[in-house]
Amino acid sequence: MSAQSLRWWSWIHKWSSLVCTVFMLLLCLTGLPLIYHHEIGHLLGNDVEAPALAPEVAANPPKANLDEVIASAKALYPNKIMMYMSQELDEPAIWNVTLGDHPNDEHYKPIAVDARTAQVITEPAFEGGAFMSTMLRLHVDMFAGLPGMLFLGFMGLLLIVAIISGVVLYAPFMRKLDFGTVRHERSTRLKWLDLHNLLGIVTLVWALVVGATGVINTLADVLLKVWQATEIAAMIEPYKDAKPLVEMASVDAAMKTAVAAEPGMQVGFIAFPGTPFATPHHYGVYMHGDQAFSSRLYKPVLIDAGNGTITDRRELPWYLTALLVSQPLHFGDYGGVWMQFLWAVLDVATIVVLGSGLYLWLKRGRKAKAEAKQEKTAPGMQPVLARSGEQR
Amino acid sequence: MNSSFMKLWGVPILLGILTLIGLLSALFGDGVWDALSAVTLGVPVAVGAWFSLRRKPG
Repeated sequence: MSAQSLRWWSWIHKWSSLVCTVFMLLLCLTGLPLIYHHEIGHLLGNDVEAPALAPEVAANPPKANLDEVIASAKALYPNKIMMYMSQELDEPAIWNVTLGDHPNDEHYKPIAVDARTAQVITEPAFEGGAFMSTMLRLHVDMFAGLPGMLFLGFMGLLLIVAIISGVVLYAPFMRKLDFGTVRHERSTRLKWLDLHNLLGIVTLVWALVVGATGVINTLADVLLKVWQATEIAAMIEPYKDAKPLVEMASVDAAMKTAVAAEPGMQVGFIAFPGTPFATPHHYGVYMHGDQAFSSRLYKPVLIDAGNGTITDRRELPWYLTALLVSQPLHFGDYGGVWMQFLWAVLDVATIVVLGSGLYLWLKRGRKAKAEAKQEKTAPGMQPVLARSGEQR
Repeated sequence: MNSSFMKLWGVPILLGILTLIGLLSALFGDGVWDALSAVTLGVPVAVGAWFSLRRKPG
């Protein structure tokens, strides 16, 4: 690599990293508890468990009528309206119902209802309790809504630039060294430089994937708005002169209609009229498969909330499919406890890479000054950022 | 490919491929796929831990 291009890549690596490092540290630190949100919820007593049924009933559990499930939840908040109801694949005994003052209520009430008996189980802590909710908000948008989300997305892009430029710089540093060399004995700075290179190259692909899928996730709200403005708008075109709904069709019947229309699929969630996943005149019944991969992909069935018939059903557009597939790759929640553990270790390794990078830059400042002084006596000899670590 | 290229990039490329296999396999199935993912994703983590924690240089 020529001295000129080395200087150029060093500049890119330095500034892309410096700008995003503080935010990446925040994301790594808040992401760590989020990897274990189920376990932490359990420890804090915030997780929801369906009560055990009598053995003769449990052998062949009944399925409660969805209209009764909704009625039980609404009995707690008679003035609120339904927003969503959803079910986890591995917990078919629970319907997670959310009620709000309006279809976009950010301070919705989550209610867990027994899917077999239609009895309310509990009102779960909002977003898993104060601690987990704070971690989540800091991680997603730093409490700054859509601008915060998009800002973090931009920081994620800078991280990707930093990673790629870091790989380019790996070559001049490591050319004369064996893989994994850590020079403990020479100077603290050299030791951390070697650790920075080692952990950076080891976590490379993971960090790129988690970074890129994180960036995609920051676009979730924007993509949803695009979908609403295009496909949903097209689907409800015939309804543009329709009067507001007075009487709502049975949700249970709507669900059964959707299940009959998509054999082999299960209900993931139902969006109620007015929410971003439905229309003012429709229930959005979102079907998904039950296999590892197919469970990630949803197929919306729009059901007229007035008369209970199917208005439209179509595949999700590619950009929403990309969003749904990118989510597990960011969360690390699709491979069991070992994957969770490795995700946590890789997260910590990334913290070390970020921290050591910051340290190397701070140390470099002092060194550069000393070298600039020297340069007066030996012009043209000032090494670039990368060179200072390569001297032997 | 010459040997100096492989000396520099051989291990990083191998670890990168293992990471990719680890990330993708668990996406497409459960059970044995999760196990494959744990092993292939575990190798880069183990390599990183081994080289950064050992005290003897070289």
